[in-house]
Order: sequence, then structure tokens, then C-alpha cells
Amino acid sequence: MATHHANAVLPDEPEKATLEGKNKILGFWLFLGGETVLFGSLFATFIALRDQVNGGPTSQQLFDMPLVAAATLILLTSSMTSVMATLALHKKNLKMIQVWLTITVLLGIGFLALEIYEFVHYVHEGHKISTSAFGSAFYTLVGFHGGHVAFGILWIILLQLSAVKKGLTVVTAPKFYLASLYWHFIDVVWVFIFTVVYLMGMIGGKVG
Amino acid sequence: MSAHASHAPAPKRSGLWDWLTTVDHKKIAILYLIAGGIFFLAGGFEALLIRLQLMYPESQVVGAGLFNELITMHGTTMIFLAVMPVIFALMNAVVPLQIGARDVAFPFVNALGFWLFFFGGLLLNTSWFLGGAPDAGWTSYTTLALNQYSGRGVDFYVLGLQIAGLGTLIGGINFLVTIINMRAPGMTFMRMPMFTWASFVTSGLILFAFPAITVGLVLLMFDRLFGGNFFNPDAGGNVIIWEHLFWIFGHPEVYILILPAFGIISEVVSTFSKKRLFGYSSMVFATALIGFLGFMVWAHHMFTTGLGAIANTLFGLATMLIAVPTGIKIFNWLLTMWGGQITFPTANLWAVGFIPTFTIGGMTGVMLAVPPADYQYHDSYFVVAHFHYVIVGGLVSGLFAGLYYWWPKMFGKMLNEKLGKWNFWTFFIGFHLTFFPQHFLGLMGMPRRVYTFLKGQDLDVGNFISTIGVFGMTIGTILFLVNVVVSAKGKRAVADPWDGRTLEWTIPSPPPEYNFAQTPLVRGLDAFWIEKMAGNKGMTPAEPLGDIHMPSPSFLPFLMSVGLFIAGYGFMYHNYVVVVIGLLVTFGCMFARSVKDDPGYHIHEDEIEEKGVKA
Repeated sequence: MATHHANAVLPDEPEKATLEGKNKILGFWLFLGGETVLFGSLFATFIALRDQVNGGPTSQQLFDMPLVAAATLILLTSSMTSVMATLALHKKNLKMIQVWLTITVLLGIGFLALEIYEFVHYVHEGHKISTSAFGSAFYTLVGFHGGHVAFGILWIILLQLSAVKKGLTVVTAPKFYLASLYWHFIDVVWVFIFTVVYLMGMIGGKVG
Repeated sequence: MSAHASHAPAPKRSGLWDWLTTVDHKKIAILYLIAGGIFFLAGGFEALLIRLQLMYPESQVVGAGLFNELITMHGTTMIFLAVMPVIFALMNAVVPLQIGARDVAFPFVNALGFWLFFFGGLLLNTSWFLGGAPDAGWTSYTTLALNQYSGRGVDFYVLGLQIAGLGTLIGGINFLVTIINMRAPGMTFMRMPMFTWASFVTSGLILFAFPAITVGLVLLMFDRLFGGNFFNPDAGGNVIIWEHLFWIFGHPEVYILILPAFGIISEVVSTFSKKRLFGYSSMVFATALIGFLGFMVWAHHMFTTGLGAIANTLFGLATMLIAVPTGIKIFNWLLTMWGGQITFPTANLWAVGFIPTFTIGGMTGVMLAVPPADYQYHDSYFVVAHFHYVIVGGLVSGLFAGLYYWWPKMFGKMLNEKLGKWNFWTFFIGFHLTFFPQHFLGLMGMPRRVYTFLKGQDLDVGNFISTIGVFGMTIGTILFLVNVVVSAKGKRAVADPWDGRTLEWTIPSPPPEYNFAQTPLVRGLDAFWIEKMAGNKGMTPAEPLGDIHMPSPSFLPFLMSVGLFIAGYGFMYHNYVVVVIGLLVTFGCMFARSVKDDPGYHIHEDEIEEKGVKA
């Protein structure tokens, strides 16, 4: 892909070209380290409470594979498209960054729509935050992830809009890079949610 | 982008507005110190009331209900709102100077961290006027902390600590990045002063420990405000989860507190012994090892919970292991003093007082680490004596040492030595008088958190002496405040009042806003001392004199924190309009910060030289 003429002065790996950019990237990795502990604590809580249904619906009765599989497929695809955006960033191609991020955002919205549908459905089945310890743990863990997805969508849209005016610079490049990093992180968290919450919740009855 | 602002004039701000908008680490340090100091006085006042209540048997000075609020708020305030901010004050004031940096990595985030802490603490303390303070203990164990057993105060605890904790977390990240990325040329990791090393490890602990309490507080908030069942055994909840989450945070927190004190003591002892710190590499190793082991021992707070013999054994052994690196440190300090030209200004008095006091606290810690013995000590005054020996005798002594040592650098004024010595001796004697008898009160069976005791059980004398000791600490604290006021009119501090060894003493007191006119070149450990021994007047610069780029002041950190402060009340009173307004303010500020780039401003070369001459 040819380098856009307006970006001719932009250095390679523009996200790391300034000390501010380097600081942001390091700081963000550290932040993700903290987020790992955050989700780790939520997972531990969920695992401890997932069989405590208190007479309410169990995970085996609730979970529906096609819906969750579709959500997983959508989110993992969006992870790939966010990588494409980073690749476009390294080619200094703002147009392709915008294209890939738009696809990422649309997939993210699709995922979120499925999750909201899923939650509404569960509430109708009598599975609420106040039903049981399982209900509290489920909505907190999965909801925390959903909240992260929603924040990511808003953040990426904001970056996209402001980049229309600002272009791709050594100031905006780290922001795109970090948004992509963040998006990856919440996808990785989802892989664990899919495994621990849904797959483990669908097999067998009581475990351990 | 810096290129846009080459000749933008420096923004002129004065008075209150300057302090509300500052992003300068040195001013943020002073803000942390003032706010932490005020909360320290509040927590100290609560302690005074607690001890007055316990001065005589069957006393009714405050009564049982208020007593519970006082012990809860005393612990919470002291840990989260008093000593943590004073630690952050010293880290802010000193770490960038010690590594030869012009500022921290994220000046804006630094200011945000302060204001989040401040408004979180304020929210928590408004509980006194809004239906009563939290009364479930600073550990806020469930089910006691659930709605059935505790009033609205615990909501203030949950939301106040959540907001303050966010501030601490981003502060930790900021210092990690600052220390990794902003060191001056030649300042390798193994040339960093011990206080910077301690701040580095402490920041790492903050990063990995605070999210656990964040989750714990979220769960408790859901249970209390939104009908969750995490800790409600009737609906399948499990109260032990709170204990785990609290202590997975809470035990590293102990090391978050004490490691900076270790760093301060290392600096002070070395400076006033006129010797290089003995065993620097082993000191670094011990600090990192304590940080690592600090995450492996949380369940020693839960020996009596019933985790089983295997778990108790492992956690007991891991706890005892920490005594090894801690012992290394104590011997290193002693050997630093050995053969040194020791002088005893107030800073060094605190440091030398720290060593035996902390060792006593460490020793009772090892006693508590033995699970069968812990069954006897648990929830008794022995535990109270232990943790006050490490936190007051250890950490607070360390903080006073640091304040007397770095006060000239922070404020450009020398603290009065005579008052300082009175401050030290009254506080030191008062401290031991207060807490030494508590070991024996505990062994004689006095439980902690009980608002009174009966006559004729041999507890009268110990409690009476303990209360008398508090007056000593109170006088000591007042003398410190007097000292601050007196010193404001006192002698101006020179750049290097203690014949220091590290980079902060190479620049004027107080430092100019850009710290270093030219970034220094570091040629070894104790960088300034090396230059002194080589006969040089100052550091060799690593760069030519030039314009210095500075970040712009901003009001957004203040507003962002106010937003969360408002939203906190909305959550507590189930008023979602208020929640939305508060969150809109916060997210609006985040939006503004993201969209509007900060061009910063430049301090011109001529201006730097002019200021340099003046100082």
C-alpha cells in the first residue's frame, strides 16, 4: 500500500516515536496487568458461586450454545479486524485504519446487541442478579466484560471522529494503538468467559 | 504536539486556581501532604477518643455505637487517607528528582490520582454528618457489613474507598512508567537510590493488589445497593470470598506501606553515616523479594477461618519466609552505620528509632505467623500491638524521618532541630507507652474492637498506661505542626543541607518547576557523591541548555473527581438522576481530554539561566 503523501513525515511505528507515546504504551500494558487481576478476582468469585442457584435456573437450563457461539465468533472476528487496523497504522494508512476500525466497532455493537438480548431473555426466565449467588456472580462478571466492550466501542468511535480532523500524527497514533490493544484484551477475557462460564456451565450438573 | 507551541507563553496562574489546576509533581506532593496530614489529624483524634473510652473500666465516654464507628474510621482513615497519601507525597516530591527527570510520565494522571483520593476521602468522611460513619471495622467483614447488620455508613466506606482506590491505582501506574522510562542518562536500575527502588516495588504492588479490593468493593456494593447475593448465605452466597478479596489486597497493602519507609530509612541512615548504603544489591533484592512474597501470605489473616491445616501451614511458612529479606535489610542498616561518621539530626533520630521498633513489630509478626499460636492471639490486643508497631513505630517513624530529611527540598525551609527533637522524643516515648502494654493486654485475653472491659481482671493498669502514652503522641504531633509554622518564618534551606548523596540535592531548594536546567549524566550509585569525591561542583550535564517543554495545567482532574463524588451520593441514595449527572461530568471531562490535545508550553532558555543564577 502506497504511503499517503500527507504522512510522508510520519516516522515508522509512529505510536512509539515520542516519549509520550512510549509512556502511554507502557502505562497501558501495566493497566492491562491490573485489569487481569480485576477479572481474575471476578472469575474466582464466579467459580466459587456458580452452582449456588438458590432454587433459580441453573446454567445448564439457561445457556444456549448457538447464541453464545455466534457472539464468540463475532467478537473474535473483531479482534482480527482490530489487528488489521494496527497493521494499517504501521503502513501509515489512515483510510484503512478507519475502515478496519469501523468494521471492528460494528462487530462490537453486534456482540453487545446479542449480549443484551441474552440478558433480557434470562431475566424473563427468572435469572436475575437478586435470584441467587450464581445470578449475582454471572451478571457481574459477564456484565463487567460487556461494560468494557461498550466503553471500547465509544472510545474507538471518538478516536475515529477526532482523527478525521487531526489526521494520523504522533499524537493520534498511540491512541489508535492502545485502543486496539484494549480491544484485544477484552477479546481474550471473553475467551475465558466462553470457556469458564458457558462451556463449563453447559456440561454436566454440579461440578466439584 | 510540542512543535505547535514552541513559543507559547507560560500560563500565569496564581493562588487557589494554581493549586486546583497544577500538574507539577512537586505541587501535587504538597497537596498530598496537606490532605494526608489533615486526615492524619482526623484519624489521630479518633484514636484519642478510642483510648479515652478505654482509659478506665466500664467507662462511657463515647459509648458502644460510636466506639464502633471510631475504630472503623480510625483504621480506614489512617491506612487509606493518611499514610498512603503521605507516602505519595514523598514519592511525588522525591522520585522524579532522584532519577533526574523533569516530571512524572503522566502529569495529568498524577493530578487526577490526587483529586480522586481527596474526593474519595471526603465522601467517606461526610458519613459522620449523614447518618453515621461506617461501623463494621476497617476490614468490613461480611455479613456484618451487609444491610441487615450495618447502617448506611458502610455505603460511604464502599464508595469512598472505591473512588480513592482508583486514584491510588493510577498513581501506581504513573510511578512505574516514570521509573522505567524517565531515568536520566546513566541512571541504570542498579544505580537508583533505595527510595526510588522502594517506590518502584510499592507501585508494582499497588498495581496488582488494588484491583482485588476494587472487585471486593463492587461485590459489596451490589449486595448492599442492588440486591446481590455474593455474601448472603441464605441465597447461596459465601462470606469467605470477601475475606479472601480483602486480604489479597490487604496484605500486599501492608508492604505497599512499609517498603517506602524502608527506602526512606536507607537514604537517611546512609546520608547521616556518611557511608554508602551497605549491601545495596542485597537491599534491592530484599525489596523485590518482599514485594513478591507479599502476595503469597494473605491467608495468614484467616488462620481461624477454617481453611484447613495444609493451607494454614503453607501460609504460615510463607509468612515466616518474609522475615529473611526483612532481616537482611535490618542488618544492612546496622552495617551501614557501623564505622560511619554518624550524626543525629532529627531525621536520623527517627531512622535510628525506627530500626529497633520495627524489629519488635517484625518479631511479633513471626509469632503471629505460627498458626496454632495465632489461634490464641487472634482478635486480641496482641494483634493490635503488633500492627501498630509496624505501622506507627515503623511506617510513621519512617515518614517523619522522610519529612525532616526532605522538608528543605520540598519547601525550601529548614525544620527547627530543637522542636524536632522534642517532637521525636515525645512521640517515640508516647508510642512505646501506648502499644507496648497492649502486647500483654492481648496475652491476658483482652479482645480487640470491644468498647470496654470489666474491673478486677488485671486489665486496668495496662489500659491506663496505654492511654497516657497517646498523650505523648498527641504532643509530638502538635510539636510537629508548631515546627511547620515556626519553620515557615525560619532559615532558608540551601540546595544541599545534609551533604547528600543523590540527585535531588544537586538542584535548588525548592527546585524550579522544570527541576533540572540540564538533565544530569549519572556515573554511578550515589551520583552526587561520586561527583563530590571527584572534586566536581555539580553534575555533568547530559544535554545542552535549551528550551524546556512543560505540560499545561488543567482543571479537568478536579472536575472528573467531583463527577465521581456526586455520582457516589446518587448510588447511595438510589437517585439515578444524580448518578447520571455525576458520571456525565466525569465522562465529559474524559471526552474533553481525549479530543483536545495539550500543546503544553515552553520555558525559554534565557529564563532558565536567569532563574539558575538567582538560586
